[in-house]
Amino acid sequence: MTVSSIDVSIFRGDATRGELVTYAVPVREGMVVLDAVLWIQANFAPDLAVRWNCKAAKCGSCSAEINGFPRLMCKSPVTDYGSRLTVRPMRAFPIIRDLVTDVSWNYEVDRRIPPFTPSVRDMEDPEPWRLQQQDVERVAEFRKCIECFLCQDVCHVLRDHHRQDAFFGPRLMVRIAGLEMHPKDAVDRRPLLKGEAGVGMCNVTKCCTEVCPEHIHITDNAIIPLKERMADQYFDPFRWAARRLRGR
Amino acid sequence: MSDASYETVDTDVLIVGAGGAGMRAAIAAAQQGLRVLVLCKSLLGKAHTVMAEGGMAAALANVAHLDSWEAHFADTMKGGKLINNWRMAYIHAREAAERVLELERWGAVFDRTASGLIHQRPFGAHTYPRLAHIGDRTGLELIRTLQDRLVHTEGVQVHMETTVVRLLTWEGRAAGALAYCRADGGLVVYTARSVLLATGGAGRIYRVTSNSWESTGDGTALAYEVGAQLQDCEMVQFHPTGMVWPPGVRGILVTEGVRGEGGILRNRDGERFMERYDPERLELSSRDVVSRAINAEVLEGRGTPHGGAYLDITHRSPDYIRSKLPSMYEQFLKLAKVDITREPMEVAPTIHYFMAGVRVDAETGAASVPGLFAAGEVAGGLHGANRLGGNSLSDLLVFGKRAGEAAAALAADHPEPVSVDRAQVAEGIERLLEPLRRPHGESPYRLQAELQDVCTHYAPIIREEQGLRAGLEQVLDLEERARRCGVGGPSGRAFNPGWHTAHDLRSLLVNAEALFRCALERRETRGAHARSDYPRPDPSLAQVNLVVERSEGGMSVRAVENEAVPYELTEIITQSFQRYTPEELV
Repeated sequence: MTVSSIDVSIFRGDATRGELVTYAVPVREGMVVLDAVLWIQANFAPDLAVRWNCKAAKCGSCSAEINGFPRLMCKSPVTDYGSRLTVRPMRAFPIIRDLVTDVSWNYEVDRRIPPFTPSVRDMEDPEPWRLQQQDVERVAEFRKCIECFLCQDVCHVLRDHHRQDAFFGPRLMVRIAGLEMHPKDAVDRRPLLKGEAGVGMCNVTKCCTEVCPEHIHITDNAIIPLKERMADQYFDPFRWAARRLRGR
Repeated sequence: MSDASYETVDTDVLIVGAGGAGMRAAIAAAQQGLRVLVLCKSLLGKAHTVMAEGGMAAALANVAHLDSWEAHFADTMKGGKLINNWRMAYIHAREAAERVLELERWGAVFDRTASGLIHQRPFGAHTYPRLAHIGDRTGLELIRTLQDRLVHTEGVQVHMETTVVRLLTWEGRAAGALAYCRADGGLVVYTARSVLLATGGAGRIYRVTSNSWESTGDGTALAYEVGAQLQDCEMVQFHPTGMVWPPGVRGILVTEGVRGEGGILRNRDGERFMERYDPERLELSSRDVVSRAINAEVLEGRGTPHGGAYLDITHRSPDYIRSKLPSMYEQFLKLAKVDITREPMEVAPTIHYFMAGVRVDAETGAASVPGLFAAGEVAGGLHGANRLGGNSLSDLLVFGKRAGEAAAALAADHPEPVSVDRAQVAEGIERLLEPLRRPHGESPYRLQAELQDVCTHYAPIIREEQGLRAGLEQVLDLEERARRCGVGGPSGRAFNPGWHTAHDLRSLLVNAEALFRCALERRETRGAHARSDYPRPDPSLAQVNLVVERSEGGMSVRAVENEAVPYELTEIITQSFQRYTPEELV
């Protein structure tokens, strides 16, 4: 079906007030929602605030909720939505203006994660490191993350329960997994996971996995293994007993 | 608050731009124990570097044991058609391997050879497989690794979504910058002992480009405005393979890695046309050659339905394609509904990279204005008339580090507080706020679109005198109109993209004017600069760079002789390296 025009309703406003404004946009072949938004900006609403960079699904800037679903606007063809669609900013973050939200919290949390740190032996090894492709591929999945924060947006703990104080959220779990499973990393982040990162807060509904534009298996490959690492350390009765016996 | 009020922030080293070069420079500068402030036009980690796909070139010799810095140097110089700053090419070839290994020690993960070393893939005009990579998202890996390192480096502060609108000078030295914050439109005057530009290129002067929104050439324009020299502004690279269809995705990059992994280019008749243009290197010829070949095929009526060429990788197994080119697979499937494991891609040249840039000292990245430095795409010289794929990411690391260290050393030598030239600040603020007072002025979006049409039309792959003259005239006319543009609609300063575009437009126009002026001046065909009226290289121009400067009467261009390559390096360039053979694969 070809549509010659589509009605795009966009949230216009700020943290204090706002409303949906509808614009009629002529459809070109291959048009994505971001194209429609930029067309509106260039022709009707020069001050329409939207964040975008690459328009190629590589930078993760143009996250929004299209008909209620968290998506990258640059990767969502308008033809998927029939003759009308609605674009709202991500709900889990404070609105700055229109489609732009304040995502700085994610960056603050990121700083609290101990960075990649190899062992002293590896660091001082004068020879180039040797790693196996298999090990590389295991962490590569986590390192694909483009930080679009759609997973943070859809996570119930953050979106509905506002427990930013207790849980770092899926994006940062992926970040920690990428570090923890790096073959040369030597830091133990389990205390962090149990403590302020709050891996236990995740109740495995896998909503984050569903919205990930990079198809990272966030829950299965990042969060659950991290939960296991943490549980092995703190809640395994044999380890608990062993620790008691060794007096640690 | 009056609308011209501003906050003042002081630092030692001010870095404008947080792509690969800016972050590497910031880390280097902070390691010298200085306070470093990084300004970032977008959110941290979104810089155009994330879109780099194929890899970073360094003569690690992990795949081809014969590779050496000498071979890398020779390839870079030959690819740049010898107008490169040879000192930069030399330093780059010597230090790239060390920087790549260092990045790995900072946590970067690369694909491996069977013996566990960093794997290297072949790329256009590199004699040996030389590109360290991870699938086809090497830029993202570089950005994340540096980002992780940067935010945990003591002494570094990052101000995100902050755009510099004017550099400030004091007694002839770079002393800071005036900037606005996107979120609330607030103004900030940054004072610093040294200023380092790492703002990337200006791909957005063209309509069809692989570049992201941010690539508006701010750094070259800012430097030009305070009197710094630019060079080689005619040298703008068309990447041979951008997406063509559907129209909404036109220009998005298709990594050279596709050809590196064996991709074949064919015309409408199924002919492997590169056999006619470069029978030896075929698809892996340099980018200028492949771009012109595709262009010629299309002009001669052998193009694909949407005006490009076919790029075919289907002879590789689907699993191989999905593991080596995962984001290409995804990109075509999602955006063009093409399964590249079964069908060929349709590709055409897209504006990709500015070899043009701020003229710098090779060792330190110092610009001609004291206290000002430049590194990465914003700096000119390393790539000459044509950049080789993979040389950009290694450029960021090598010269980011060097410029960062030099900027820190200079700042340490001049610890005295700098003063702010209030007249400069007032003038900068006035110019920035003007469009807000003209709700009915011409739309900056329309002016930007017109500029893109002018560059696309009059400075295409093959240029000629008459078109360039017409283009220059139109750019000058647009400059006039841009002075009277208005943001239209509400004039609030909080995240107002119309207002942002009015400022970006000024940078774009400086870059476009420099491009046309230099392109007119270089009456020959060399690398990325091809002229139908001068179709051959002029040997006498081989050692000439065009230097652009601000003068009384406006923008001036003059030819400056490049420093001659010393004898022992000339030997290396003329020596023919034994080409790589597949048996060498580890």
